[in-house]
Amino acid sequence: MTRRVVLTGIGVRAPGGSGTKEFWELLTAGRTATRRISFFDPSPFRSQVAGEVDFDAQAEGFTPRELRRMDRATQFAVACTRDALADSGLQPGSALAGHPEPHRLGVSLGSAVASATSLEREYLVMSGSGREWVVDPGYLSPHMFDYLSPGVMPAEIAWTVGAEGPVTMVSDGCTSGLDAVGYAAQLIREGSVDAMVAGAADTPVSPIVVACFDAIKATTTRNDDPEHASRPFDGSRNGFVLAEGAAMFVLEEYGSALARGAHVYAELTGYATRSNAYHMTGLKKDGRELAEAIRVALGQARADATDVDYVNAHGSGTKQNDRHETAAFKRSLGQHAYDVPVSSIKSMVGHSLGAIGSIEIAACALAIEHGIVPPTANLHTADPECDLDYVPLTARERRLNTVLTVGSGFGGFQSAMVLQRPEGARS
Amino acid sequence: MTATSVTTPAPATRAVVTGIGVTAPNGLGTEAYWKAALAGVNGIRELSRFDAGRFPSRLAGEITDFRAEDHLPGRLLPQTDLSTRLTLAASDWALADAEVTPETLTDYTKGVVTSNATGGFEFTHGEFRKLWTEGPEHVSVYESFAWFYAVNTGQISIRNSMRGPSAALVGEQAGGLDAIGHARRTVRQGTDLMVTGGVDSALDPWGYASQLAGGRVTTVADPDRAYLPFDTRASGYVPGEGGAILVVENPDTARERGVRRVYGEIAGYAATFDPAPGSGRPSRLGRAAELALDDAGVAPGEVDAVFADAAGIPELDRAEAEAIAGIFGPGGVPVTAPKALTGRLYAGGGPLDVVAALLAIRDGVLPATAGTGEVPETYGLDLVLGEPRELPVGTALVLARGRWGFNAAVVVRAAHL
Repeated sequence: MTRRVVLTGIGVRAPGGSGTKEFWELLTAGRTATRRISFFDPSPFRSQVAGEVDFDAQAEGFTPRELRRMDRATQFAVACTRDALADSGLQPGSALAGHPEPHRLGVSLGSAVASATSLEREYLVMSGSGREWVVDPGYLSPHMFDYLSPGVMPAEIAWTVGAEGPVTMVSDGCTSGLDAVGYAAQLIREGSVDAMVAGAADTPVSPIVVACFDAIKATTTRNDDPEHASRPFDGSRNGFVLAEGAAMFVLEEYGSALARGAHVYAELTGYATRSNAYHMTGLKKDGRELAEAIRVALGQARADATDVDYVNAHGSGTKQNDRHETAAFKRSLGQHAYDVPVSSIKSMVGHSLGAIGSIEIAACALAIEHGIVPPTANLHTADPECDLDYVPLTARERRLNTVLTVGSGFGGFQSAMVLQRPEGARS
Repeated sequence: MTATSVTTPAPATRAVVTGIGVTAPNGLGTEAYWKAALAGVNGIRELSRFDAGRFPSRLAGEITDFRAEDHLPGRLLPQTDLSTRLTLAASDWALADAEVTPETLTDYTKGVVTSNATGGFEFTHGEFRKLWTEGPEHVSVYESFAWFYAVNTGQISIRNSMRGPSAALVGEQAGGLDAIGHARRTVRQGTDLMVTGGVDSALDPWGYASQLAGGRVTTVADPDRAYLPFDTRASGYVPGEGGAILVVENPDTARERGVRRVYGEIAGYAATFDPAPGSGRPSRLGRAAELALDDAGVAPGEVDAVFADAAGIPELDRAEAEAIAGIFGPGGVPVTAPKALTGRLYAGGGPLDVVAALLAIRDGVLPATAGTGEVPETYGLDLVLGEPRELPVGTALVLARGRWGFNAAVVVRAAHL
């Protein structure tokens, strides 16, 4: 019998609000949380806008020792994990029915640039503010190895929840957040585990990452209007807005979740990933590989294109993405692409690289839960080549049974996931 | 053995290895590496890439005979870190070995899953330096994708027109086996061919210093006495660079495209994680091994050799010895660690051990754990010491651990199409 995978707990840290509730309020209000970079002086940089999280680590309950050890992205992931666990009511190691033994619980954490923030900080210390090539080993932080090799990030999650099953980091660039959850679902489905803590975190608002995207002109230059700088599908868009954030989930085998009476947000019924084998950063206009991922994910979910009630778009706000993606929707959904609401929450919270795929899964689960389609903010006049219903500016009430979310990333990764209203609640 | 497996996989597609590519400190190319491993040629030496005079350790498993321009088109050089160049060379060799060309199979039938522990670190070091000494406008247009952990998967996919399911996994030294396990999973789910494995390199001054910061690198200066896993004198490990790339296929489609020889089958895989430090609960390495054997449908008595993680740190060596003896009984199975001649290769370590295990199956010989002389009797290990040991190998278990508690195990066995 096929084992089914359900999502029973959510934790989010995103720009514009500290927790899941604030995140959902932001999305449904169509408010934007992008701003001029405040973490460092952005004036030497081409793009000076970002989605920053007002994260109060002390209020989150981290000890000084934990803060010395954990990179900012790890802190985000741990905070979200605590929330997701509490939200789900899962008690790993409990003898109660439906709760996993430690060895039947795993972790799958996505991140694109992992400990970039700490790497940069430590580099400046060791290299005399960058002057020396041969760094001074006398200034090594004892945690430097953790930042070099970010396996410590999923390890921290495993320690937080007491997981002793498979633990890994899925680092597929900007599809990491989707792929980490997809990977987790596979482990539950194949029977390797009964529950997974899965999700993603990235905190790339640091000089080196801003410079990376400056160099290839991928990020916006709308520096005089930071609140309205993330403009997916709008004709006036000129690049994405870099952001930070995290989302973590509790995923469980359906029978276990039922046994312990868990609240089910959604069932993960389909997931697929394909590669474009084309270019490390470029996209072909035809959207062929993303369309294939969508087609396969829908097939796994035994859903037809016309069953899709909402599409959460990658919608990064680069011209090439928006056109690539629009073509992929038409190719995979046919005429239904014109009828189904499609929106990008990156218009509100920016693009947090590896994290955003998980943040978008959170948005989809909450959209199903509340029957609300989040809008695409800042969309006033669509690019003529983007001619779908992108839900401009205002959220919509709509009963959602089947939701599709997609991601596209450097390295050519194209991923798609189908979430469905829990059975029994569907109609 | 604990009853942990709730589902026995239905008779599923096997996943066979049809191609191998190796970049190791003691040998470039599969046969060069294997010859060196059997002859005890040490790839550990004093770092030549920079002056490590101020560093408390100066040894590394450094690859000194790789000239990227001899193996890769010039246009790839400015956009790639050394770790990616080594990966692309290894994947070229693995695909050539498997007789795969861009026209072999098409479209979504070929995927890539690699592991990476440190990303394009030397490249990134250079870009950090440019940013902080010359300004943001001097940062390379390639930095955004030369650095991140998905770079090798992406570059292999592009270079070889592989559009199937692909991923990059990070789990320090255990991640390479996770990648091979995921490649097998992906083949069993219907993708015909996967390129998998891992290659790492971070031997620039910053990368090397960061490795020393982990506190487990030996300070012994003699290359032949520095990394002595399971020895009474074990004092830490030596970091290295390189690894292995494998082509893993569905045997049916391999046969259809005319493949006649396979190295063996990836017969089982499992991963576990150790309890939090200070919990007092024991390591889960043994459980990973048991689950992998269970996954392969192999009893401990059927295993002919174990390729150990071989941390080179007494308490970790002891834990691994206990795990092995717990499954096979004291001295119950020959154990070896050819990585004593390469250093620990992070994401490359597990895949290179899988290669060694497959070649041991092919040639009926186990390489020795070089350097190691005196193994504590309490370990209960039958460690292959001094000279290679000739014996028929039909099934081998490969173990890998990553810092912080990652455990992974792969079972390989002889296979025919």
